[in-house]
Amino acid sequence: MNYNEPLLWEKGEGLTTGYSFPKESVPQTESNSRHLRDNFFLPSFSEPVVARHFTRLSTWNYGVDTDIYPLGSCTMKYNPKIHERIAQLKGFSDSHPLQDDNYSQGALEILYKTGEYLKEITGMDDVTLQPAAGAHGELVSMLMFKKYFKEREENRTTVLIPDSAHGTNPASATMCGFKVKVVPINSDGYLMPEVVEKYMDESVAGIMITNPGTLGLFEPYIKEICDIVHSKGGLVYGDGANLNPLLGQIKVGDCGIDAMHINLHKTFSTPHGGGGPGAGPVCVKKLLSDYLPSPGVKFNGTNYYMDYNNPKSIGRVHGFNGNFSVVLKACSFILSQGAEGLKKISEVAVLNANYVRVKLSEFYHIPYSADSMHEVLFTDKYQKKIGISTLDIAKGLIDRGIHPPTIYFPLVVSDAFLLEPTENESLKSLEHLIDIFIDIAKEAEYNSQKLKDAPTKSVINRVDETLAARHPVLKGEILGRD
Amino acid sequence: MSKFPEDLMYAETHEWIKKDGDLFLVGISDYAQEQLGDIVYVDFPEIGKVINIGEQCGELESSKAVSEINMPFKGTIVEVNTELEETPELINESPYDAWIIKIRAENSSDYNNLLNSREAQKVIEGDE
Repeated sequence: MNYNEPLLWEKGEGLTTGYSFPKESVPQTESNSRHLRDNFFLPSFSEPVVARHFTRLSTWNYGVDTDIYPLGSCTMKYNPKIHERIAQLKGFSDSHPLQDDNYSQGALEILYKTGEYLKEITGMDDVTLQPAAGAHGELVSMLMFKKYFKEREENRTTVLIPDSAHGTNPASATMCGFKVKVVPINSDGYLMPEVVEKYMDESVAGIMITNPGTLGLFEPYIKEICDIVHSKGGLVYGDGANLNPLLGQIKVGDCGIDAMHINLHKTFSTPHGGGGPGAGPVCVKKLLSDYLPSPGVKFNGTNYYMDYNNPKSIGRVHGFNGNFSVVLKACSFILSQGAEGLKKISEVAVLNANYVRVKLSEFYHIPYSADSMHEVLFTDKYQKKIGISTLDIAKGLIDRGIHPPTIYFPLVVSDAFLLEPTENESLKSLEHLIDIFIDIAKEAEYNSQKLKDAPTKSVINRVDETLAARHPVLKGEILGRD
Repeated sequence: MSKFPEDLMYAETHEWIKKDGDLFLVGISDYAQEQLGDIVYVDFPEIGKVINIGEQCGELESSKAVSEINMPFKGTIVEVNTELEETPELINESPYDAWIIKIRAENSSDYNNLLNSREAQKVIEGDE
């Protein structure tokens, strides 16, 4: 069934009531608050109208439970249902973060052990589970860099960031008062040691590197680059958004990374995007341990406890202990996979991306010749000649029931689209995806107008994104009302 | 094929520069607007600010990306084209009329070190 559903604002007068209060048992009083407003109209409906509205909207959803979700750089993995069941166990769901440590031993053990697993996976010395998302982890890391240099009385003002980085990297560094210097990658898509050397001096606090980078390529000179930065007294931050293809293959700590965030909602399969809050734990080398957010979870051989004695800490960055249920689901994922399972994940994720790469190479332009890691980058170069853009290709996917990949990112490649199938997809599912992409390439050639009009099968057809950005409507208004 | 009028000079980062009395107008090239796609917002620099060569002197937001405008040589921001606040599409429609900032060069002869139309054309051939 395919039906339309207006916004609540457009649903008629919106003056019915969805609740009834019991008769008051205390006398009414007048409020004299200056915040009282009488010209403020929110639509109001009865409960069934509201329930139907949101249920109807929910039928338009597309998620990892619907079909393949090949959103590059986002690692949209299936979220095993057993994690939800574990998170709903009464011992967890009914516990409160203000309970005494003695009554929270189970929850604290989960936090502590998940931290230990992440340290083992990354080869790092210490960890915080507080950050609530990847970019939050970046910010926490940059705050620690700042504090590290402040303690050492070194005035370092600049952070180096490759031009292929996620946009959140410069934002995080800037928020900490650093100046960002952009370092160009070379024509093969790699960050080169000699280029980093040219930019690196005693005014530079460090570098933020994503490995594999946003082009889906492994940085082969990562160790040399880390050595150069360290030799000038700088620190290396690893953006862990692309950790999936490294699981069980290398430990980033061995490459020379000093701090790295991990997106539990990517690599460790906890819900992502609209599915719930995320978590961006940060793993660090010893030299940054003192600056980690406080409190951390410790174990004294008998008991787990919250450790508040961290005088050099950058402070608290999240209420209580981060998003506990997310950490719990990631813990469940790590334990259910085991060391062998995690290794297999990276192998299959890389294999899947390269399978798509090879199968589609004759239909879509591939800007870099190296093998892909977990994601593969294409452009619309072949289709552009016949007037079809990356956006048209993405819209064509919607008509074929598939969520589009990441488009127009990374910015260093013009008109890119970045596909990340993840390890979830079977050979059959990959073939399905590949067939659809080939079908679009053929439609571009023989029936391009159809692609320019796409999507036509979705409830909302092609939207005018430019108009929406130039003249955004940011306020809901009840129709027919002054 | 993108146009590069011969009476203008260009920066490698795809800005055009036009002499306007003893001041200079800066916009983005036809090639740059084509690459960016529909421009939806222009973020101007502060008037009176002195900015170094190669440093950011504004930002363009398109439906695809956010891109920096770079200072073609050291100078002071004298004026910004406020018409673009409401109608950023002018940059797409007529990139060489839609100037974005007006600057006073610290050293006017810097203008002569920019790329001419033929050289600018070559730079983008390298890109493509």
